[in-house]
Amino acid sequence: MATSFPVAPFDATFVAQRPVHHRDLQGPKTITRNRLFPALVLIATLFFSAMLASKPARADPLVVDLSNHLVAISTGFTGTDVLLFGAIENKGDVVITVRGPERDMVVRRKERKAGIWINTKSAYVRNVPTYYATAASRPIELIANDRLLASYHIGLQNQRFVTTMDGDDTDDSLYRDALLRNMEYVGLFNDKPAKISFLSNQLFRTDVHFPANTPTGTYVIDVYLIRDGRIASIKSTPLVVSKTGISADVYDFAHRYSALYGIIAVIIAAIAGWIASVLFRKN
Amino acid sequence: MQIYLPIAEMSVNVLLILGLGGGVGFVSGLFGVGGGFLITPLLIFFGIPPAVSVATAANQIVASSLSGVIVHWRRGNVDVKMGLVLLAGGLVGSSSGVGIFAWLRSLGQIDLVISLCYVVFLGTIGGMMMIEASRAIFRTRRKSGTIRRNKKHQHGFFHRLPLKVRFYRSGLYVSALLPLLVGFLVGLLTALMGVGGGFVMVPAMIYILGMPTSVVIGTSLFQIIFVSANVTILQSIQTHTVDVALALLLVSGAVVGAQFGARFGAKIKAEYLRAGLAALVLIVCIKLALDLVITPNDLFSVAPGNL
Repeated sequence: MATSFPVAPFDATFVAQRPVHHRDLQGPKTITRNRLFPALVLIATLFFSAMLASKPARADPLVVDLSNHLVAISTGFTGTDVLLFGAIENKGDVVITVRGPERDMVVRRKERKAGIWINTKSAYVRNVPTYYATAASRPIELIANDRLLASYHIGLQNQRFVTTMDGDDTDDSLYRDALLRNMEYVGLFNDKPAKISFLSNQLFRTDVHFPANTPTGTYVIDVYLIRDGRIASIKSTPLVVSKTGISADVYDFAHRYSALYGIIAVIIAAIAGWIASVLFRKN
Repeated sequence: MQIYLPIAEMSVNVLLILGLGGGVGFVSGLFGVGGGFLITPLLIFFGIPPAVSVATAANQIVASSLSGVIVHWRRGNVDVKMGLVLLAGGLVGSSSGVGIFAWLRSLGQIDLVISLCYVVFLGTIGGMMMIEASRAIFRTRRKSGTIRRNKKHQHGFFHRLPLKVRFYRSGLYVSALLPLLVGFLVGLLTALMGVGGGFVMVPAMIYILGMPTSVVIGTSLFQIIFVSANVTILQSIQTHTVDVALALLLVSGAVVGAQFGARFGAKIKAEYLRAGLAALVLIVCIKLALDLVITPNDLFSVAPGNL
């Protein structure tokens, strides 16, 4: 679904305009030429994008990258911001969505039975993203209508969840809302779009926040360029959240050699208890 | 100061967990209980997932009860023979308890069963202890010097059981089946409720076995070490929910607290200790009972996994 800026023809155009020989890049003149190089790229880009303006919207240039494609959860991890930045050629609005790895969830409903609140009914919800956040350059209702947002599944209300209810409930929206509410409460879902700021008409940036309880796995960040209520271009970029260092080693060990892990945990606790009593005996 | 817990998969404040461990450790050393009945609800209260809280508390109890038992050991307040018999029952009980735990969880009602277990057992034991202890305090105040007749010389049903064994340290001659059964039932509760079982074990030893109060705490701690070690290992294998980092933090606070608790406890009369423990048990019981009855903020809860 992601269409991208066509790089190959762009390069071809550039080479045709200004053939550069490798020999020219050597020697004293190189410095001037290297400085000239970005400027030439920019001019060529602007020239090319002017040509593109008459073409269908799907080829609208959109370049996106992250300050970091790996969020490393180390021992001191308390949450982090990842900078997303990018450029567009023609004025437009940018909307991004960040989706964490999916997993199945159970939503349980409590009812009062004999004075006690008991889990009575539940719904099984498949493929729930473990993290979801959006960002937009303007209030999202000004950028696109509900139909467009729905068809591209942008925003929490447009997530399609498959629910299976085991009680006699017929309306799954209660469970759906409860799921969104609970995930928002723990900070993993964010219904309010963050602000995407434009540094000029072309350059934009935003910070994507990952809280301390961020689930590990592969995240997908989709960037939509929207103009006149239509999607002009889409870019998709992955982001990996993974444990590193001691905490990753401990986690792996606990799952791979669980019996040994348990025994070691007991030994560590026993040693700690013994050390303490020895220390306190001398005092 | 924050630290990321590898198994709980969240970051916590180091000082908060150290303080929590220290406070519970003090109580544990003072009353001779593992402190699990306090630490598990407290961890859940601070946002640690219940499964991790239950399993990690067992790990922490190993350390605090070991450090506690050393103090009692030096004073000769451990009946090793009785402890081993209780332990034999406890290991069987806790192992089958972990199985029952898994079965209840598949029914989706484990939280309710845990809470109800807590309320029923804490309420019953706390109430009984409170009545007994306040009577004892009242009596010693009224007629100082008059010692209450010891119940261990009364012969009831329990004393007609076979396999009689002499427990010299406790000054008892009872059937080994009795401590085996007590150990089994307490072990069962240990796994079901994620606690060391001291708050059940200590009164059971006093009121059912008729052991002298002086050896009860040391002996209870002695067998709790091994039962909670068993639970830690079983939970590591079955649920992968023992968080060593969290346990180490709790232990660091708890072992220090337990030392102070044990020293402080040695200066206080036994009946005052029992009254204090009873009050604490009742407070936790009331808190859990209220949680069952009061309308929760959100009637829906979300958990990963299958139905």
